[in-house]
Amino acid sequence: MRVLGIVARRLAYAAALILAVIVLNFLLVHLAPGDPAEVIAGEMGGTTQEILAEIRHAYGLDKPLHEQLFIYLGRILRGDLGQSFYYNLPVADLILGRLGATLLLVVAALVWSVVIGTFLGVIAARRPDSPFSHFITILSLVGYAAPVFWTGIVLVIIFAWLIPIFPIAGMADAGIEGGGLAKAFDIARHLFLPAFTLGIIYLAQYSRLARASMLEVLGADYIRTARAKGLSERVVVGKHALRNAILPIITIAGLQFGGLISGAVLVETVFSWPGLGTLALDAILGRDYPTILGILFLSAVMVIIANILTDLCYRLADPRIDTGGR
Amino acid sequence: MTLTTKTLSALILATGFGLAAALSPPSAIAAEKRGGTLVIGSTQKPRHLNPAVQSGIATAVPGTQIFATPLRFDENWNPSPYLAESWEVSGDGLSVTLRLRKNARFHDGAPITSEDLAFSLMTVKENHPFKAMFAPVTAVETPDPQTAIIRLAHPHPAILLAMSSALLPVIPKHIYGDGQDIRSHPANSKPVGSGPFKLVEFNPGQDIILERNADYFMPGKPYLDRIIIRNYKDATSLALAVDKGEVDMYPFLAAARDINRLKKNDNLVVTSKGYAAVGPINWLAFNTTKGVLKDKRVRKAIAYAMDRDFIVNALQGGASTPATGPIANDSPFYTGDVERYDVDLDKANALLDEAGLPRAGDGSRFALTIDYIPGLPEQQKSIAEYLRSQLKKVGIALTVRAAPDFPTWAKRVSTHDFDLTMDVVFNWGDPVIGVHRTYLCSNIKMGVIWSNTQSYCNPKVDAILDRAGKETDQAKRVALYKEFQKIVVDEVPLAYVNLLPYHTAYNKKIGNPPLSIWGAMAPLDEVYWKK
Repeated sequence: MRVLGIVARRLAYAAALILAVIVLNFLLVHLAPGDPAEVIAGEMGGTTQEILAEIRHAYGLDKPLHEQLFIYLGRILRGDLGQSFYYNLPVADLILGRLGATLLLVVAALVWSVVIGTFLGVIAARRPDSPFSHFITILSLVGYAAPVFWTGIVLVIIFAWLIPIFPIAGMADAGIEGGGLAKAFDIARHLFLPAFTLGIIYLAQYSRLARASMLEVLGADYIRTARAKGLSERVVVGKHALRNAILPIITIAGLQFGGLISGAVLVETVFSWPGLGTLALDAILGRDYPTILGILFLSAVMVIIANILTDLCYRLADPRIDTGGR
Repeated sequence: MTLTTKTLSALILATGFGLAAALSPPSAIAAEKRGGTLVIGSTQKPRHLNPAVQSGIATAVPGTQIFATPLRFDENWNPSPYLAESWEVSGDGLSVTLRLRKNARFHDGAPITSEDLAFSLMTVKENHPFKAMFAPVTAVETPDPQTAIIRLAHPHPAILLAMSSALLPVIPKHIYGDGQDIRSHPANSKPVGSGPFKLVEFNPGQDIILERNADYFMPGKPYLDRIIIRNYKDATSLALAVDKGEVDMYPFLAAARDINRLKKNDNLVVTSKGYAAVGPINWLAFNTTKGVLKDKRVRKAIAYAMDRDFIVNALQGGASTPATGPIANDSPFYTGDVERYDVDLDKANALLDEAGLPRAGDGSRFALTIDYIPGLPEQQKSIAEYLRSQLKKVGIALTVRAAPDFPTWAKRVSTHDFDLTMDVVFNWGDPVIGVHRTYLCSNIKMGVIWSNTQSYCNPKVDAILDRAGKETDQAKRVALYKEFQKIVVDEVPLAYVNLLPYHTAYNKKIGNPPLSIWGAMAPLDEVYWKK
């Protein structure tokens, strides 16, 4: 019952937040110099005043800004994300068409980096001053510091060009038709390098986080008690310590998931992965306002949902938390 | 040498095969060429697939596979029949009669008639940004389904080129004539076309999948089963993909580094042929209404200060060719007999002194800013930065102003908010289509990118261009454009730097690669895989 009340309150707050986000994004997006008409003119290699005026009129760009905002809000409240200025296709279709690819990439990257990162961090925490632990620390810092587009291209050069194990870019080979195992395998092959590249940054974060969290937990009284009771080290670490050390990891992973759309832009660009990141980048460069706003809207919704879910998961994992709110 | 039995049998076999090959019907040879998928890689993505309302390279490559045009051109600028079996320009040049093929059908089976041609031409005339292509057309008569007569207000030799490549796709009237605004018509993303390939799938920003049109009006063709056009966000990964063989053809390859690397690959052919009609000129533009730039001597001085050879050889790795004027080198109207502006710092300094702009105590005469198009570093940014240090030598303090993306740059330049800017503008075949717009007094249009943003105005030039556009005698046209080039190069509203080094890298097993004047912006119905 209490949980329901919490969720309801959170949702109400979320709705207000989303409204604010939409209005703010709308104003921000229109601040950028140039407009879709100029972009279209640019790609056409030339134009005339009449055509520019017609384009602006067709997209309602000749109306005053506040009028455009109200029209947009009206549409959003009816669930209509509008038509892309650039492709003349419904924004919802464009986003849905790309969402799957981004989720696949981001979930794959997150899963492997959280699991392996935690594992490495735990091992490093067991022997905090060992060479292994220092190696993990250095690896983390390098992985975090190296720009993702550089890492990506280097991996492509080594593992897709020099030693051609993986394809260079894209999500799937258009030559393979139908569904089934062949297609799944093909996508997995294409997914490996981008997911690996994207995950390296998270790996760095999670291994550091797991190490630090584990170290703190291992110094606690209840761990000393467990050891005194005669429990094996494996049980002490694996059962008692891990469950407590994992709490911050859940928090961070949950919060990160919400913001993952933006994090994938660089990786998606390097690998020409057809996800929301590249759609957003193209939309921004193309001043495709409805698409930009649609993606930002989705992003805001995802962040909020992720926060709510993380909160709930945390409460599940840690029974100590008072559901009256802290 | 004795004729052993072995040699004799070999000879007999060889003769036998030779005879058999010589006697095979053409369809058998054509059948040999059939099959295969061609993967084309591109960093450009089209908004939609209808070139009638959207110009530009991105739409042209898929658009010319999906839609057919009345004419097509070979690599020597000669027109040949395509949808039009034959054509005739009247003696006075005021009408063009086209006779269409009888067996041509749209991808949905409906026959292609002169009504569709008339509809397409008027659609392009109203919606396409290159107004000069069909501005003189007053009417298109359709006396019978196979005949179209185009009536012109004055002779218009450019019209032949305007009826090829992506400039006049024949679109179906029964689909586009339903009253919806053609620019945002849903059929633009799901086109029913008239060309050698049909659309299977259009994934915006990702790829375009085309398949062979079995009812194509040129029997036996196309040879390819499928064409896939893949969009790569990153030019480096596209170059790697071509190098590795994941992509079969990479047109509009322009980065010197990638060109030189791909040339080393023995499985690829890297050629600069196929861009003769594109005529992409990279230039330095002057805002002739701004301050010191009003003075021709100042502009000349800057042109003389620029070392074009250094730019071409050092900055662009020798991959490009120097440009000397408003018309690209491969055009039949090009002349190199103009003022050359080979680098001469002394002359530049002298001109500036003469213009009454002496050096101050710190050595500088005046300050200017320069803009450039973002995203083309070798062609734009590096030249802008080079000019900063080069112009310092003649006392000009140049500030390089960066724009984060194209629309920001376009806004500045189209509203004439610039001193100098680097720019790239294409000729598009006939000078009437892509060249006139930069120099006509009447095309100084505020807010329109790639109009006469330099505000250059010389009524004599306007008159020459007007006559050249209407002149039906080729030799006289060449002479008129020669005069135009001399004047414009002398008055220097633009300092021409180089032609964009567009190359096509393709798998060497590809037969009949697209090397006509329009390159990959032409039907790939004769392309095949060599076995």
